[in-house]
Amino acid sequence: MITAEIVDKWMKLFYSKISEQKAYLSELDTPIGDGDHGNNMMRGMQGVEDSLDKLSDPDLKTILKTVAMALISKVGGAAGPLYGTAFLEMAKNCEKTQAPAELFKLALEGIKKRGGATTGDKTMVDVWAPVVTSLETDSLSVEKIKEAADGTKDLVAKKGRASYLGERSVGHLDPGAVSSQYLFECFIEAGGIR
Amino acid sequence: MKKIINSPGDVVPEMIDGLVRAYPQYVERIPETEAVVRSNKSSMDGKVGIVSGGGSGHEPAHPGFVGKGMLSAAVAGQVFTSPTPDQIYEAIKAVNTGKGVFLVIKNYSGDVMNFDMASDMAELDDIPVKSIIVDDDIAVENSLYTQGRRGVAGTVLMHKLVGAAADQGASLEEIEKLANKALPHIGTIAVALSAATVPEVGKPGFELADDEIEYGVGIHSEPGYRREKIKTSHELAGELVSKIDSELKLDATHRYAILVNGMGATPLMEQYVFSHDLLDELATRKIKPAFMKVGNYMTSIDMAGISLTIFDLIDEKWLDYLNYPVETIAW
Repeated sequence: MITAEIVDKWMKLFYSKISEQKAYLSELDTPIGDGDHGNNMMRGMQGVEDSLDKLSDPDLKTILKTVAMALISKVGGAAGPLYGTAFLEMAKNCEKTQAPAELFKLALEGIKKRGGATTGDKTMVDVWAPVVTSLETDSLSVEKIKEAADGTKDLVAKKGRASYLGERSVGHLDPGAVSSQYLFECFIEAGGIR
Repeated sequence: MKKIINSPGDVVPEMIDGLVRAYPQYVERIPETEAVVRSNKSSMDGKVGIVSGGGSGHEPAHPGFVGKGMLSAAVAGQVFTSPTPDQIYEAIKAVNTGKGVFLVIKNYSGDVMNFDMASDMAELDDIPVKSIIVDDDIAVENSLYTQGRRGVAGTVLMHKLVGAAADQGASLEEIEKLANKALPHIGTIAVALSAATVPEVGKPGFELADDEIEYGVGIHSEPGYRREKIKTSHELAGELVSKIDSELKLDATHRYAILVNGMGATPLMEQYVFSHDLLDELATRKIKPAFMKVGNYMTSIDMAGISLTIFDLIDEKWLDYLNYPVETIAW
């Protein structure tokens, strides 16, 4: 069950994780993108932190929507609309269900629709899709999340700026997949699947 | 990295401040945003608003083309990063005078998504919005497996075209039709001598040896189609023209507009040398341009190199639109 308390804890953990890994995410983005994914995510999570600080005792829908709007208005690039859309879809649907498998599935559908990517295109979808599948069978683990992100190394990029490299994108992790890995690791750490 | 800045994170807001303070006769900042709008508000009355924008680092694009006869507003994102939907939405609202707003978007996944979300927001306010996604970079061949062709320097010609049409009172539908008709006749190809350094990254986006060049590089250091040893300007003109020829099928009976665009670190001296060779190359194909511009229009920070844009003016009116007077910083 996803609750407002879990989302609050989850976002604090994700903020710390992005702070720690900012340079690494930008480094991953250098050979196959333009080297700013860490900086962009940091700006977004700073925005999330600032916006959440202003809320007092928010309900689940409010907190998810606040996260979405902060990401949409602070990150920019492709990551902003994609992460923003994911949280917006969760906000829109969280009154019907609070089950992580169902909410993340709706978020994933939003990401796919917004960005036009499918599984195997070397994007964040390659982490979100297996996470949803594992949640549906109650088998999500930190190992599985990492395995999914690591799996993007062998893929040829078909979306976004990395796609212009074609075969040369093989051998590099997708930065959006790695930031998504952190997002779900933090979700587990925040008690999201207990 | 040697740059005239204060802090890498402050480059965009400080640049916008400098621009609006230096040229108050043309542009002003839309409050609380990194977007600029025309100072001459009455020039927008009763006209379709034209909004463009994208990541920063391409100056004078896009704020340099804001003014009567061209863009109504331009939105600046972080360096090489699309602006966010809320800022684009503010720009749409600032230029809507009841005739609707037309968006000129370059074909990058981020730009397309953020402008798309802004259009959705505007539609909720009953502001009619239409758009064109410019993808003039003919270097990208395997479009099926990528986002498709990129929007590069030809975008500036699109700004000029739709800006002139809007100033002459064209409707939103007419502007959309004009943009769609013109787009397939604009082709651009670049050659890079060195890569750009994004301030927050601090090192060049790729490495080229001292004697190496790369054809087909994008305006954010996206890879091109071939690397080789440095060539003479004459040989470069031959390569770039033949690449565009294979795409646009240059025809001596047609009229063409030409844009020779510096990528940021290439001096005008070299751009004029190249232009001389380019005109010779076109002359051997019996082509004499009907319109030509040389200079820095769509840069890539401090990348050295040039791009060549050729626009096949199949419609009589297009040349008039290109020659139509504007009041901007940089056209």
